[in-house]
Amino acid sequence: MADKVLMKGNEAIAEAAILAGCRHYFGYPITPQTEIAAYMAKRMPKIGGTFLQAESEIAAINMVYGVSSAGKRVMTSSSSPGISLKGEGLSYLAGADLPALVVNVQRGGPGLGGIQPSQSDYFQATRGGGHGDYRMIVLAPASVQEMADLTVKGFELADTYRMTAMILADGTMGQMMEPVDLELTVTPPPAKPWAATGTGMKRPHNIINSLSLVPEELEELNFARYRRYAQIEEKETRWEEYRMEDADVCVAAFGIAARVSKNAVNEARKMGIRAGLIRPITLWPFPKVPFAKAAGQVKEIISVELSMGQMIEDVRLASGCRVPVTLCNRAGGMIPTPEQVLDAIKRAAENGGAAQ
Amino acid sequence: MTTRYLFAGFGGQGILFAGKFAAYKGLMEDRQVSWLPSYGPEMRGGTASCSVIVSDEPVGSPIVSHPDVLIAMNLPSFDKYEQAVVPGGRIFLDSTLVERPPVRSDVTVTAIPATQLASENGIPTLANMIIMGSVLKAMGEFGEDGVLAALKKVVSAKHADMLDANLKALKLGAEY
Repeated sequence: MADKVLMKGNEAIAEAAILAGCRHYFGYPITPQTEIAAYMAKRMPKIGGTFLQAESEIAAINMVYGVSSAGKRVMTSSSSPGISLKGEGLSYLAGADLPALVVNVQRGGPGLGGIQPSQSDYFQATRGGGHGDYRMIVLAPASVQEMADLTVKGFELADTYRMTAMILADGTMGQMMEPVDLELTVTPPPAKPWAATGTGMKRPHNIINSLSLVPEELEELNFARYRRYAQIEEKETRWEEYRMEDADVCVAAFGIAARVSKNAVNEARKMGIRAGLIRPITLWPFPKVPFAKAAGQVKEIISVELSMGQMIEDVRLASGCRVPVTLCNRAGGMIPTPEQVLDAIKRAAENGGAAQ
Repeated sequence: MTTRYLFAGFGGQGILFAGKFAAYKGLMEDRQVSWLPSYGPEMRGGTASCSVIVSDEPVGSPIVSHPDVLIAMNLPSFDKYEQAVVPGGRIFLDSTLVERPPVRSDVTVTAIPATQLASENGIPTLANMIIMGSVLKAMGEFGEDGVLAALKKVVSAKHADMLDANLKALKLGAEY
């Protein structure tokens, strides 16, 4: 473990992005993700990269659009209110089928909200954020190591499927330090024959555009995009199951909520309660398979979230309403305690399956 | 074994640094660690705190709400967290700044005038490491090799001249 270093989650994202070959970062400062920009500001000039603090979040996401059009790995990062500002750009990236990595280190909302950790941008991340029919691949790290690993994965998925991958973290994940191993395996970017890199007078112009005024053509673009999404759902869904083999109470949680829930599951097991955890790693595509399976096995599923209950809707859909799904939450920058989750598990173990 | 530390004091007392040192010491010993700071406007001149977990198992929640070990470097922190310590836990106080006796009788309290010792010994900024020396000693973890290895990780190359001062502070605390 001698080669392990302690790093903040935000720094791990930045370093992993550089290792993944990202040489263009555009952003605008906002707590609690500022260390990403600070790290890039320090490192990019030394390795021939570009760090640019844009005049706004909107400018930054449009610079991402530009660099991505030229076929380069590129990223931006922000926190909740800043991501809302990027909404238009996210939709345009989707409309132009451009790969990009966007990081959201969430804080409490709505509005300017607060600066403490939150998961209340789940809907925004998994349902769009911008207008139109589109998806983003949404990755939810639950450790500093995963902040690094999923950043690399995010670039690769974005390139493979020509779309935005989002790292959906929170203030805790961004600020905490843990050991991280940066011997990461990176797949170089694929060839990008569609990129606007100059024709060399040898081929027709590549046009990067999200405007399509003929409805039949625009419909076909949407159909084609959703055929790709179907492939992603089939191939790229990721999750972790923890002590689910014989569980009769299931906790559903991602990111920091999953860390807290793991403590509660372990405590419950010590008390003889058969609790388990399903931790989605991709929030889109959502891991339907383990929840469908859990629905036939457990008495109750408890969705633990730092929000008023957003992922719970996907848990209900995935479990087909065959089992009660209840919410255990804090909001506004507060974090559920393991004790709160344990209480919910105990209640479910006693009268699970009964009316909520 | 899992030890949950909570470090608390004024911004500027080196609370986050002391926590980072504790985390690195765990890492050097091949243990699982996490370090989580409080962050936000309160850090500028107000109170600072950080949660550190050192464990032989993977760390679950990095948030320490009930510490096994509380390091309280000022009165507001002691007032705020004294009741949070687990029964049978330990509290380390900077008694230069915490003038009241503890209320709890079910925990082990070590009071050390760290700020005073720091200024008397010409290392006025290292009260945090004096108190850390006391912590390591009390917990039977003051092995000089591990301490030095961890120090080398947290004292940046730019401030390498501060290594000896940090070591001196740790020893002062351990021998008090």
